[in-house]
Amino acid sequence: MAEFRMPSLGADMEAGTLVEWLVKPGDQVKRGDIIAVVETQKGAIEIENFEPGTVEKILVEVGTKVPVGTPLAMIRAEGEPATSIAAPVQSPTPAGAPPRPLEPKAPAPAPTPAPAPEAEAEERLRISPAARRLAEQHGIDVSTLSGNGADGAILLGDVERMIAEPKIEGARGRGFDLAAMRQAIAAAMARSKREIPHYYLAQPIEMTACQDWLASVNAKLPPDQRLLLGALLVKAVARAARTFPAFNGFYRDGAFKPAPSVHVGMAIAIRGGGLIAPAIHDADGLSLDALMTEMRELVGRVRSGRIRSSEMADPTITVSSLGERGVEQLYGIIYPPQVAIVGFGKVAPSPWIADGKVVARPVINATLAADHRVTDGHAGALFLSEIETLLQEPETL
Amino acid sequence: MSTTDIRDAIKEELSNIAPEMDLAAIDPSADLREALDIDSMDFLNFITAMHRRLGVNVPEVDYPKLFTLDGAAAYFEAKFR
Repeated sequence: MAEFRMPSLGADMEAGTLVEWLVKPGDQVKRGDIIAVVETQKGAIEIENFEPGTVEKILVEVGTKVPVGTPLAMIRAEGEPATSIAAPVQSPTPAGAPPRPLEPKAPAPAPTPAPAPEAEAEERLRISPAARRLAEQHGIDVSTLSGNGADGAILLGDVERMIAEPKIEGARGRGFDLAAMRQAIAAAMARSKREIPHYYLAQPIEMTACQDWLASVNAKLPPDQRLLLGALLVKAVARAARTFPAFNGFYRDGAFKPAPSVHVGMAIAIRGGGLIAPAIHDADGLSLDALMTEMRELVGRVRSGRIRSSEMADPTITVSSLGERGVEQLYGIIYPPQVAIVGFGKVAPSPWIADGKVVARPVINATLAADHRVTDGHAGALFLSEIETLLQEPETL
Repeated sequence: MSTTDIRDAIKEELSNIAPEMDLAAIDPSADLREALDIDSMDFLNFITAMHRRLGVNVPEVDYPKLFTLDGAAAYFEAKFR
């Protein structure tokens, strides 16, 4: 029997409110099925299932806010017999967290006499001493916290965010709560600035090849199949991230781990304020047409307030393009636990040296903000240079 | 298709993209991209929606003619004349 839990949908998420069940006990579910909608600070997120099987039991009622990690439903795997013992003890999980043992993981795990409920036995709460101290000072039950460290360990920043987060009860409407989103952005960006030693690089890139190629391709296509420059930029970054894995992955618990896939978080502005950067999965392997379709679909769903859980949790690197708002360049703030963000300014006619002469050419400024704990400026320069090289041959992207 | 129908269609499709904006209050000669805060993806969606609705395929080279409400109305009106 698998527990379907409230997922962590990004470094800044503490809890979510279950606003809709799309399945009921007895329903068959496949991997990837959307089975619930959860309201978070980032808006309503469609939660995908990972364990194929049959929904055995719903544990959390609509309207309940629960911390990340709380079991929401039980999924019985295919072939597994239905539970014969009805479990009246398993009444719907209350709004608070399920009880968890609180012992920190001992360095040398001597056989511990402390009796733990067997279902939770392997789920020792991992929490840093500083986080535990701060939680105690504020009278916070650490079992209600969700951790963003390795294996869900609770870190100081997790407790700080819990303190900062206002308590919101009950279900809210769909769409985005911009005030809550602002708090989520504030928490994530403050953590980034506090923990990540950023370094910044910029590289002007000549865009004649991209512009000409796009114009010739789009001239033959109806509007619904046309490509935008953004698709070329995302693809170039994704391909470069594949070549330079030190910019693609997560820094957790004092160590960087490159990600096996390149999921590009695409920064999308929300009308009325706010920002979200959901993942375009495996962007390095998508054709430009497929990438463009994904981008259109993603922007459409973000604008209508429906995002999927995997899109929130998965980005391994972020791309932000503010050029259309007229800025020449932007210096991004890394979204933890990622280690790099690539920014693009506007494409503007600029003086450019070609064959020893100054000519006017369309130029875009690409910038990189990267984590100095993982890479140095030299590697960053090579990474940006790779993006530049890729954008000179858009037909090969 | 009448001039009024075309203007209504334009306003309706733009409202779908920028639902919180009051299109009646927009200066018809103002740049829509600024006035409605729409980006290239929004603009492409607008062009796509108008293609679907009116059957007029606006090539990229003509986009600048549609950057204002007046310009867009004149462009589509010319197609139905």
